[in-house]
Order: sequence, then structure tokens, then C-alpha cells
Amino acid sequence: MSYVWTLAEQSHGRLRDVSFELLSRGRILADKLDTKLCSLLLSSGLADETLRELIHRGADEVYMVDDPRLDKFVVETHSNVLADLVRRYKPHTILAAATSTGRTLMPHVAIKVTAGLTADCTELDIEEGTRLLLQTRPAIGGNIMATIKSPHHWPQMATVRPKSSRPLALDTTRVGNITRIAMQDVHHDARVKVLGLRPYEEGLAGIEEADVVVAGGKGMKKADNFSMLRDLAKQLGGVIGGTRDAVDRGWLSYPHQIGLSGKTISPKLYMCAGVSGSIQHLAGIKTSEYIVAINQDPDANIFQVADFGIVGNLFEVVPLINAKLEAYKKEDK
Amino acid sequence: MNIIIPIKQVPETSDVKMDKETGTMIREGVVSIINPLDLYAIEAGLLLKEQHGGSVTVCTMGPPAAAKALKEAIAMGCDEAVLFTDKRFAGADTWATSYTLAAAIKQVGAFDLIITGERATDGDTGQVGPGIAAWLNLPLATYVSRIESLNAGRIVVERLVEEGYQALDLPLPALLTVVKAVSSPRLPTLRGKKKARAYNLRTLAAVDLPVEDAKIGLKGSPTKVVKIDYPKVTRGGVMVKAVGEEGLNNAVDSLLDFLKDKKLV
Ligand SMILES: Cc1cc2nc3c(=O)[nH]c(=O)nc-3n(C[C@H](O)[C@H](O)[C@H](O)COP(=O)(O)OP(=O)(O)OC[C@H]3O[C@@H](n4cnc5c(N)ncnc54)[C@H](O)[C@@H]3O)c2cc1C
Ligand SMILES: Nc1ncnc2c1ncn2[C@@H]1O[C@H](COP(=O)(O)O)[C@@H](O)[C@H]1O
Repeated sequence: MSYVWTLAEQSHGRLRDVSFELLSRGRILADKLDTKLCSLLLSSGLADETLRELIHRGADEVYMVDDPRLDKFVVETHSNVLADLVRRYKPHTILAAATSTGRTLMPHVAIKVTAGLTADCTELDIEEGTRLLLQTRPAIGGNIMATIKSPHHWPQMATVRPKSSRPLALDTTRVGNITRIAMQDVHHDARVKVLGLRPYEEGLAGIEEADVVVAGGKGMKKADNFSMLRDLAKQLGGVIGGTRDAVDRGWLSYPHQIGLSGKTISPKLYMCAGVSGSIQHLAGIKTSEYIVAINQDPDANIFQVADFGIVGNLFEVVPLINAKLEAYKKEDK
Repeated sequence: MNIIIPIKQVPETSDVKMDKETGTMIREGVVSIINPLDLYAIEAGLLLKEQHGGSVTVCTMGPPAAAKALKEAIAMGCDEAVLFTDKRFAGADTWATSYTLAAAIKQVGAFDLIITGERATDGDTGQVGPGIAAWLNLPLATYVSRIESLNAGRIVVERLVEEGYQALDLPLPALLTVVKAVSSPRLPTLRGKKKARAYNLRTLAAVDLPVEDAKIGLKGSPTKVVKIDYPKVTRGGVMVKAVGEEGLNNAVDSLLDFLKDKKLV
């Protein structure tokens, strides 16, 4: 019987949240297919106690291809290993996160194993009868939702937007096997060398994976004013983002840019000030769970997609939100 | 240094109509432009050529009208342009597109580097670049935000990953997919536009390429679009006015209630 696989990701020896988000998706699919859900990790050095969380979050089994040569993501090697596993074990479905890793590895593997692949899915289901994976994704700047399937090619493959599902609650009574697989030397591709990693400045890492993103646009007027948004982000446990205008003016660096030519995000809360809501910006935020906007122009496009809008001067509104949030937190303690 | 840049022609705005029967886009009556994210690839290629010599060739798989996009790239300073066009290429998904482009690029000639955009603004998958690299077994760097150096047959780049900027060292020939931060695209010059008007671009059809019929176009595409939905654009949320001291106070209080209600604070 062919299983549902989800690809786990790690960073500095810890499993990334997307690994657990994928398991919530995979659990539903595996149950509908009446098959097993396996979490697969290509890496090295993670202990069984760490891997067991994958079982506790929904996996029936964990496979880890364990080799120091898989420690850093190099697509050529990872793709050789994954394509080989696919040929050997013939999974029904493979889900990966739509991260820089997943979005590089999956198309590479899909070519090698001759499978269809749908990017950035926000909904997944199993078609009754055919048992095919129904893959729904926003397309054309989020203006349409397309449902896609691969009727004749296996495995069924999709990448899933980070934060578009929540991890299952930890269930420590769940048990399952953890199997370590050795990497074959022929799969090592030594052509590309990883020279190093220059970390982002504090508080930026993982804007795509943050629960809360606080964004500013041209209405913020100057770089210094972003300090009030940083305070707000801190209060809400979030990170800072911005529009292309804010980035092009040098108020924020490019990794902060949200939208068509920047990042696509699906946080729990997206809150913005001085952002007009252009089509290109909305393309990056439409799958957010809640959208809150502050803008002085009642006709600003951003209010079309906002769950909560404040029409007003952001320089009055934002500091007051900060003050009230702080007071609320104090009295809560 | 020969650089190949696959570009895509896309509809100008996000205001696109779909054919509900076939699940494909209706292209008639929509102004077409070079995929804006491919302009960063073109500029990166032109800069490398200016530093290291050689030539920049743009190519696209698309309808005959996509010649316009190629000519725009010539006007920006690209040296050559090749159009892969054939009714049989139509309806290709990313698997069939990257198969066709990989075969076509080999046919075009020897190259040291292929640079693609991060993704096309219509299909929006970002899968074609990695797909071409897989077909041609080329070293691949995605999300490249900076090209650091190029010498002795190797290229060093920085790519954007979740934790920061990752530096990679790749042997040539290689394939890069680039993001906006890599360059600021130049505008076409008057001289470039003149050159573009006079330029005769090369056209290749399926018979000119070493491609199998079963692997191209709609027929060669593993994925099928089975349904298109138009999600509601408006969320119909609450809107409050923060005018005057009291209005401001009330507005912020109700925002806090909203955040508490949704368990966001
Ligand atoms: C190919 C292409 C790709 C693009 N990619 C992106 C992208 O990835 N991301 C992106 O964001 N944009 C992108 N854009 C640009 C986009 O079209 C808009 O220009 C941009 O999003 C506008 O940014 P903004 O909302 O900050 O500025 P504006 O549109 O100028 O809006 C500023 C807003 O601030 C409000 N404001 C001003 N002062 C105050 C105040 N004191 N209090 C409250 N409100 C105030 C104003 O009412 C206004 O609505 C792209 C464009 C193109 C053509
Ligand atoms: N039909 C095409 N012809 C040439 N290049 C393409 C084509 N489709 C996609 N590309 C290239 O692949 C990149 C990613 O496209 P996509 O995978 O469709 O999002 C684009 O930015 C282009 O550089």
C-alpha cells in the first residue's frame, strides 16, 4: 500500500514548524485514503527524541535519511536521494512546505520521477473513487482559486503554503517507528558548495513563517517612524514587513517586501499602516487569516480585504494601540 | 560568457479572464508584457556581459505574439532572441514547459549560464527554473539576491532563504533563478529600440527540436486544471473612524476587543 509522505525540515538541529503543519494536512489525506502517514527528513544528527515529536503531531512513521552530506540543503544531492526513495517506495502523495527548500526541491524531483506538481496549495483533498489528490491554489495574484489534479502520474505532489494550516495538538500517547536510512554515495553531488549563511538582522527571520506580520507602507513617511511598528510587532509577537514603496525608499531591506515581487505570507494576523492595498501588494497577503488596516483614506483598497479597518491618522492610531496593548498586558498579569 | 535568459510574456494586470471550460486563460484583449520578475534576470545577465564579455540570448516558449516581449528585451540590450512557438506547445504545465525549454535551449547553442525569473506573475509557480536545471542536470541556485563573483569557471551567489542570505559556489554551466534584489532593470534605449525594430528573430517549432510529442503541450502535462473558483475579494469587515479624541479612543478600544475576541493578543 502506498503511503502519504510529508517532508520535514530542520534548522540548527530543531524541527521547523512547517514539518508539523504538513502533518495536519497529511493526516486528513492518509485517513481518507486509509493509509499511513510518514514524515521524511533528509538531514543528519537529529536524535530520536527530537524526531518523536513528528509521531506525536500525527505521523505514523518517521524515515530519516541520516548523513552529514545532507546537513545543508543542496538541491542536487537532496533531489537524488528523494527521487531514489520515490522509485523504491512508491508513495501515493508527497507534500512539502512552500519554503525556499520545498519550492526548489519538489520541482527538481517532479521532473526526475515524471510527476505533476502543484505549487503553493492552500487546500488539499482526496477525490472519492479515483483517490487522486485535489490540489487547490490561488493563482493570478490570488484572483482565482484553481483546483488541479494529476490523473495519470504518481506520486501526487504538492507544496503547501507555510502557516496555511495549524499543527495538531501534541499527543504523547501516539507511537510509531523511527527508521534511519543510509545515504548512498552515488547520490552525493559535490558540484555546488555551500560557503556560509549571513543571518538576517534581528526579528526578520522567517517572515513567511511568522504568526503575526506588521507592515508599513509609503504612509509611514520615513524610516524612523517604523520604530512604532516595531513596538507594535513586539507586543503582538510578530515581525516587520512592508510594501515595495517602503523597500524602494530604503526604509526596510528587500527580505521585508511583501507582495508580487516580494514574499507571499499567510500569517494568523496581518496588520498594516499607511498601505493603500495595491493589487500587487494584496497578492502577497490574501491568504492571511485576519487582516487589520489603518489608513486615513476611507476609500483605500486595503479596506476591501480588511476584517477590521481603522480610518484615521496612523501617527495617532498606532501609538495609542501600543499604549493600550501595553496597559492591557500589564493588567492581564 | 554566453548567457541564456528564458522569459515569459504575461498579461499586464492581475485583471485576467479565465476560460471556464478549459481552465486556461483568455489572452485576447489583454495587454501583454514581459513578466516583470524576468526584467531582473535580464538586467543581471546584461551586467554580467558588461563585466565579462560574451552575449545574452533571450528566449521564450509562447504564441507568435510573444515576439513582442523578445523584441523589448533586445531593446534593453540583449544580443539575440529566439522564439519557440508551435500550436503543439500550447497548454503546457511546468513539467512540459521545462522539458520543452530545456530541449530548445540545447538547440540554441552553447551557454555558460541560464538565468530565469523567480516566478511568472500569471502561472506563479516558480517551478520552471528548477525544472530546466533538472532536465539539463545543471547546478542550481534559486532565489538569488546577489551575484558576488564570477571567475575560473565558477560563480558565487547569495540566495535568500528563511534564515538569511546563503552563499553558494557553483561551477558553470549553471542555472540561477533571481529575485528583485539582484538588479534594477534599465529602460530600453532609443538605439536599442531601433535595433529591435530591425532585428529578425529566430523561430523554432516542435519539428526543429529534439522533443517527443507525448511530452509537450497539454498532452504532455501531468497536471490538469479541473476547477476554477473566483474567491470573494471583499471580506466585509468592520470599519471604524478614528476622528477626534473620543473617536480615536473608541476605535482603538474596539480594535483591542477584536484582537482579544480572535485570540490574537
Ligand atoms: C510588477 C510590479 C510588481 C510589484 N510588486 C510589489 C510588491 O511585491 N509589493 C508591493 O507592496 N508593491 C508592489 N508593487 C507596487 C504597487 O503597485 C504599489 O505601488 C505599492 O504597493 C504601493 O505601496 P504603498 O501602499 O506603501 O503606497 P501608496 O499606494 O502610496 O499608499 C500609501 C497609503 O498610505 C496612506 N497614508 C498616508 N499617510 C497616512 C497617515 N498619516 N495615516 C494613515 N494613512 C496614511 C494613504 O492614504 C495611502 O493609501 C509592484 C508593482 C508592479 C508594477
Ligand atoms: N513559456 C516560457 N518561456 C520561457 N521562459 C519561461 C516560460 N515559462 C516560465 N519561464 C521562465 O521560468 C520562470 C518561472 O516561471 P514559472 O515557473 O511559470 O513561475 C519565469 O520567470 C521565466 O524566466
